[in-house]
Amino acid sequence: MVLQHKDWHAFALVQSRLDEEGRRIFFAIGAGLFVPALPTEENWLSAATVPHKKISKTRWRPLPPGSLQTAETFATGSWDNEENYVSMWSIGDFGNLDSDGGFEGDHQLLCSIKHHGDVMDLQFLDQERIVAASSTGCVTIFLHHPNNQTLSASQQWTAAHYHTGPGSPSCSNAPCTGVVCNNPEIVTVGEDGRINLFRADHKEAVRTIDNADSSTLHAVTFLRTPEILTVNSIGQLKIWDFRQQRNEPTQILSLTGDRVPLHCVDRHPNQQHVVATGGQDGMLSIWDVRQGTMPVSLLKAHEAEMWEVHFHPSNPDHLFTCSEDGSLWHWDASTDGPEKSSLFHQGGRNSTFLSHTISNQANVHQSLISSWLSTDPAKDRIEITSLLPNRTLSVNSLDVLGPCLVCGTDAEAIYVTRQLFS
Amino acid sequence: MEEFDGEPTVTVRGPRTWIPGVNSQKKQMCFDWGPGEMLVCETSFNKKEKSEMVAGCPFIHIIRKDIDVYSKILRKLFNESHGIFVGLQRIEEELTGKSRKAQLVRVSKNYRSVIRACMEEMHQFAVADKDSAIGRQFSSQVSILSAVELIWNLCEILFIEVAPAGPLLLYLLDWVRLHVCEVDSLSADVLGSENPSKHESFWNLVTTLVLQGRLDEARQMLSKEADSNPTSAGMCRVLGDLMRTMPILSPGNTQTLTELELRWQHWHEECERHLQDGTFASNPHLESLCKVLLGDDAALLEHKELLSNWYHFLVTRLLYSQPTVKPMDLHLYAQSSLDLFLGGESSPEPLDNILMAAFEFDIHQVIKECSIALSNWWFVAHLTDLLDHCKLLQSHNLYFGSNMREFLLLEYASGLFAHHSLWQLGVDYCDHCPELGRVSLELHIERIPLTTEQKALKVLRVCEQRQMTEQVRSICKVLAMKAVRNNRLGSALSWSIRAKDAAFATLVSDRFLRDYCERGCFSDLDLIDNLGPAMMLSDRLTFLGKYREFHRLYGEKCFVDAASLLLSLMTSQIAPRSFWMTLLTDALPLLEQKQVIFSAEQTYELLRCLEDLTSGRPLCGEPDAQQLQDDDIETTKVEILRLALARNLARSIIKEGSLEGS
Repeated sequence: MVLQHKDWHAFALVQSRLDEEGRRIFFAIGAGLFVPALPTEENWLSAATVPHKKISKTRWRPLPPGSLQTAETFATGSWDNEENYVSMWSIGDFGNLDSDGGFEGDHQLLCSIKHHGDVMDLQFLDQERIVAASSTGCVTIFLHHPNNQTLSASQQWTAAHYHTGPGSPSCSNAPCTGVVCNNPEIVTVGEDGRINLFRADHKEAVRTIDNADSSTLHAVTFLRTPEILTVNSIGQLKIWDFRQQRNEPTQILSLTGDRVPLHCVDRHPNQQHVVATGGQDGMLSIWDVRQGTMPVSLLKAHEAEMWEVHFHPSNPDHLFTCSEDGSLWHWDASTDGPEKSSLFHQGGRNSTFLSHTISNQANVHQSLISSWLSTDPAKDRIEITSLLPNRTLSVNSLDVLGPCLVCGTDAEAIYVTRQLFS
Repeated sequence: MEEFDGEPTVTVRGPRTWIPGVNSQKKQMCFDWGPGEMLVCETSFNKKEKSEMVAGCPFIHIIRKDIDVYSKILRKLFNESHGIFVGLQRIEEELTGKSRKAQLVRVSKNYRSVIRACMEEMHQFAVADKDSAIGRQFSSQVSILSAVELIWNLCEILFIEVAPAGPLLLYLLDWVRLHVCEVDSLSADVLGSENPSKHESFWNLVTTLVLQGRLDEARQMLSKEADSNPTSAGMCRVLGDLMRTMPILSPGNTQTLTELELRWQHWHEECERHLQDGTFASNPHLESLCKVLLGDDAALLEHKELLSNWYHFLVTRLLYSQPTVKPMDLHLYAQSSLDLFLGGESSPEPLDNILMAAFEFDIHQVIKECSIALSNWWFVAHLTDLLDHCKLLQSHNLYFGSNMREFLLLEYASGLFAHHSLWQLGVDYCDHCPELGRVSLELHIERIPLTTEQKALKVLRVCEQRQMTEQVRSICKVLAMKAVRNNRLGSALSWSIRAKDAAFATLVSDRFLRDYCERGCFSDLDLIDNLGPAMMLSDRLTFLGKYREFHRLYGEKCFVDAASLLLSLMTSQIAPRSFWMTLLTDALPLLEQKQVIFSAEQTYELLRCLEDLTSGRPLCGEPDAQQLQDDDIETTKVEILRLALARNLARSIIKEGSLEGS
């Protein structure tokens, strides 16, 4: 493995920067350019009074199916403030490159809405609706109105997660730690070890598994449609099938021995049995849920908690991780170098898969076996690039879509790049 | 804020806070230190509705020590400067001479650019909200930030850049130009008009440009005057030539200071001659400009309005009378400039004192005056740290704390820790205080409210990275207690295992066993089945794990293994005595199996355990009805057990005998 470090001079005060080759541009939003698109009183107040907060989650708004656009709107959630917010941002139109090849940072805050408690997780349900998980145990669907740039709460499940102990009633809410959406289904997990299945059009939970886990559930993802996968704080992956009435997991996979807590999980977009998880020790684990109860590979990665891991949705040989140690890494497992990655452009999953098979006629079989499951270290070099220059505080969240990446930090800065594969 | 120099004094100086509703009739004002850097005062306000019902419960007024930490726009300043601060601490010590100085200057400029960015943002808010109280608050903050930047810039020139005679003046000129910038808007205004030279502020503009040493621009202005006013064209040309030929030190030039002084002397004499000859006598504007070029104090003071402050006056005066002023002589000129400029009409303000102290190269005085005048620790803490990296503060000791740098950094860090969101920044400041930072961090980190596990994990990471085992244990214990209260035994056990807290693990294990006895089944199997080596943390936890293993073996019908495990739990004394009866009862179904499971020897052991248990039972004085009933059940149990054991013994002896015989 090769660890490269690109010495970018990204500095949150200045909005756009390029690297030495003048290629990839990260611009940091020092959270200072908060001019709402429409200065309605509501917008203005939220922008004027709370411009600065620690970012807990960043998510790209999904693109309409078949769209050739690149991502341009993202949502953020804040944490650990007296007042927390869910906000929508725009990074402006694609194509207004200035003469130096840099982007003029015309990113701006579109709108914000107050959120009760820390935003623990954030997921888009569809293009207009976004689901937020709160440290108060509440799950809220916010509706984004693009016409007048406002956010409103359209549905809420208060106390979706709660403790039933003899503790005082004020403490009985349990933080909801993770959300995953597959419109119209929403699955949430929490510190109370509970799994909830909601439907966007139902007032009550469709299914609840109490005591699904004796420890804290940290994250959840869909495996195949009725199946979900959860990770917990004692290093276990559990697969649950909503078709079964029993409140027991269908399968448990675990790290042996150390019981290192797992904090994040993502499933390979094309190969549904391949799963990546990140742990408290910063290790990246790749699992094949079809076989064995142990990870296929363990990769030494960050120096502290890995908060998020994401396969690139249309280019899954690339993986991105971020950590408490303030680093953001790009893992490239594509075996035959940069000319392959140039074939991948933004766009739908289908076109990518097509180009994938065409470009590798000779070893179609090999490319179907995920490059992540290969156990031959000599043949498959994983190239790692550190994407942020000077690490200070934790990078809490990241999201990738097409050639765009957005991440948010505890240093109250948001970083965006639109040229991941240039 | 207190005096932090010399002997401790009783007098309190510094900003005063007005507390509304203090009852001045009372002989004493009560106040107390609350948590997180605040002072709590009793006021005479009462709850309006319930004033009769709740007597003697007045409202309290909370005074925050470092209020600027709570400013929402200044958060940008704190976050950005934190990054710069951490970068500065990483500058290698071995770097010496020029490269080190260049890096320190760059750091200083970064700090200033952050101040400027905050100022701009705050200015925007102030303009947008001009008429409200918030808007006014913003504009007052803008002026404070601007003063802070002014002081920082001067300190950068004098202490970090350490400019020698010659370049010193060029730096000071830049300093004045950066901070007295009304001229730019005036210039745009004048040049934008139809006939610039007829603009009412035309001569003000030209004079200001000359006062700031922007002679090229001044000459361009004069040429406009010459174009529109042919009678003075000649004079304008002469004055323009004088401006052009003024010798100045340019950065790329190799000429020595002596050469410069000589050429400057010639030029000065030429100006003097023109004035004597009355070259500009017919045009008072031009004549006054010529007097400015000669650095005449009286002529300069005529433009007091345009100079706007004494330090501008000082720099202009130096430019036209002492261009090669030595750093050591600076304070003489500064003092006389201040005296001349104020002219005994007003007394110097805090800002004047601070700048004067800087001109006197008295760093400690600068820091002291700033600490008194400013309402936050940000400025003094960062400036002191930077100056310390320039090795300028070694000799100074305080009568408290360790040294000034640490003291100020820790004061600033405590403000950050008191803030609900900025505590993460405080950690790095403590890290870079070698003497008291660790202790301070230990005290602060335990007091951070842990709302979610995620936040707790971040705090734990801070502690674990610094091997603060005591704090790790305490935080885990807090979380474990919380989990127990919420009936999350699995979580509680995980936390106590992480803290390696044997006592608490025992407590939680007991809860598990009690629940088992009550319900007859185990909860949280996913955790107990996967304890691994963590099982060794406490005896009770080992027992819990092993007992669960017995149940698993029994469930899997591995009766022989299950039986020997059960027996060993008692004989090795891992099982608590109170649990023996349960274990013996668990042995019953094994004794009643068709095939013989316990060997004769094992059966003897079981019998011994049973006898130990029954004989060791204390006798109660006056048993009540409930207890009698319990005792009854117990006696029956023991009898059933004895019977089962006796039968098993018989069967095992027969079996073992026949096996040996065959």
